[in-house]
Amino acid sequence: MTVQLEVRHLGVSFRTDDGVVPAVHDVSFEVRQGETLALVGESGSGKSVTSLAIMRLTPPPPRAAITGQVLLRGRDGAIRDLGQLPEGRMREVRGNEIGMIFQEPLTSLNPVHTIGAQIAEALAYHRSIGRRAAFVRAADLLDLVGIPEPRRRLSSYPHQLSGGMRQRVMIAIALACDPSVLIADEPTTALDVTVQAQILALLKDLQARTGMSIVFITHNLGVVAEIADRVMVMYAGRIVEQGDVVPLLTRPLMPYTMGLLRSVPRIDWSAEGRTELEMIGGRVPDPARLPAGCSFHPRCRHALAGLCETAVPELLDAGDGHLVRCRRWNDIRAGA
Amino acid sequence: MSTTLTMPPAEPDEIEMRSPSARGRAVRRFRRHRLAMFGIVTILLLVLASVAGPSLIPFDDLHIDLRGRFAPPFSGGHLLGTDPLGRDLLARLLMAGRISLAVGFVAMLLSTAIGAVVGVVAGYYGRSIGIVLMRFVDAMLCFPTVFLLLTLAAFIRPSAAMITVIIAGTSWMEIARIVAAEIRSLRERDFAVAAEMIGASDRWIMFRELIPNAIGPIVVAATLTVARAILLESYISFLGYGIQPPTPSWGNLLNNAQQYLESAPWLAIFPGLTIALAVTSFNFVGDGLRDALDARMDVS
Repeated sequence: MTVQLEVRHLGVSFRTDDGVVPAVHDVSFEVRQGETLALVGESGSGKSVTSLAIMRLTPPPPRAAITGQVLLRGRDGAIRDLGQLPEGRMREVRGNEIGMIFQEPLTSLNPVHTIGAQIAEALAYHRSIGRRAAFVRAADLLDLVGIPEPRRRLSSYPHQLSGGMRQRVMIAIALACDPSVLIADEPTTALDVTVQAQILALLKDLQARTGMSIVFITHNLGVVAEIADRVMVMYAGRIVEQGDVVPLLTRPLMPYTMGLLRSVPRIDWSAEGRTELEMIGGRVPDPARLPAGCSFHPRCRHALAGLCETAVPELLDAGDGHLVRCRRWNDIRAGA
Repeated sequence: MSTTLTMPPAEPDEIEMRSPSARGRAVRRFRRHRLAMFGIVTILLLVLASVAGPSLIPFDDLHIDLRGRFAPPFSGGHLLGTDPLGRDLLARLLMAGRISLAVGFVAMLLSTAIGAVVGVVAGYYGRSIGIVLMRFVDAMLCFPTVFLLLTLAAFIRPSAAMITVIIAGTSWMEIARIVAAEIRSLRERDFAVAAEMIGASDRWIMFRELIPNAIGPIVVAATLTVARAILLESYISFLGYGIQPPTPSWGNLLNNAQQYLESAPWLAIFPGLTIALAVTSFNFVGDGLRDALDARMDVS
């Protein structure tokens, strides 16, 4: 499978009153055609900043600085570094070659325009297409995302739709121009569980039909198991573990991932006699004052004095492309 | 077939309207606002009278009748009496209404356009451009408007069009400030970010996404600007720098009347009342719109 999007050594830092604060360090990954990569992490781990940096939607310099490369395979097959594109060309990429949906379907639609007008607008930015044709295509898109009576819905206003319906409309807008990559930033977080499942099924179905790549950002490991092919776990702006979904979720190597998995409540626990939910003690470190060495060591039950706080560990290959950023992964696996 | 497409159809209440439209509620609130309804009726009557009135009464506003000077109201067929040249006051008042109302409306349109553009640009580009523009607005607000108007009018040959432009040029700042404040909060909203994500240009976001959401406060400010513009036109015409006689305007009718305040008080009373009525009506409508469009009144 061809690589659709490749991120190399991406770094993002923000200039604040306290000086320059790095939010993302040296993040590299690739997404192949038709593949779903899940980006997992707590709030503040840098996953949303990573997606904004790919779209070049972080605040303009000097407030934020992006380093590294974001390589996108265009429709013509040529590979371009999005970081080098002039702003006008970047606008042609946004919504056209990379679509994006995010967390708040309730507020992401403009309250004063109809659904149809908003989808047609997305088309009009990137395609020379007549008004009538745009609305016909908008109705097709609404049908594609499973909205009943699409023609009638074109003239609805956002407040007339439920949250799930609005997220479907957002997906329709994101897909209007057949993007090759869809970035979904917590698209189901604001929805209730049944609607969440519908939206996930919809995304999988759309992916199967169009062959698009999905970068799925979430903190919900249940959702990851549902949708992802590969997973990338982020902590304090760094990738700490990366690999295929099944090995990563069943045999995690990084203590942080283990902690995350242990803190997911499971329905079969009561049968096993477990009653209390485990947590990862402490809190996410302030990006301006990261602990020395491994950022996770103050919260890690396996941390070893004299080893973990000395230097930032390398991202090591534990076999089969399973990457882990932990000095002790081998000991921990042997001990477990 | 996928699971999604075979899922049961959405519940009707899930996709149907869940609340009466915001517009419907706003209209209802406006209708309930008595003073605003009084204002809008008065404005409509004034407009109607100014447009149709002059052709319905038997006197021309410029017809001089030296034998009928200073006729008091209700004499010789002159409903509101005549002026020092024997011209019918009602005819002049109605013709003046055309000028004064037109100046008010056009000045409102112009200053709303200027204010909205300056405001949206200042609000959208919050940093350097915004700061420079808003300081310029503050500087403009520091000028005493009436003196500025008089100075400008002294240099430029006064005509209705010129007066309109000058009034618009000195009354757009308030709208600019309102729009800038509104845009600053709107541009942080998710739908503005979402528009950016689908590749919309700054201009598109400003004028297609943000301005329509700020239309409520703009309409309120525009209504109040009409009242202000009518008042300003009256000031400068009263002081003799505005609309020049024999063309009547509400302000210069008052200017004519001041020497005869004791002998022919009706010459001052009727134009004065008309100005007061028009200005208060526009202010009432503005207040009514403000209450009707205020989303905080939507407790549902």
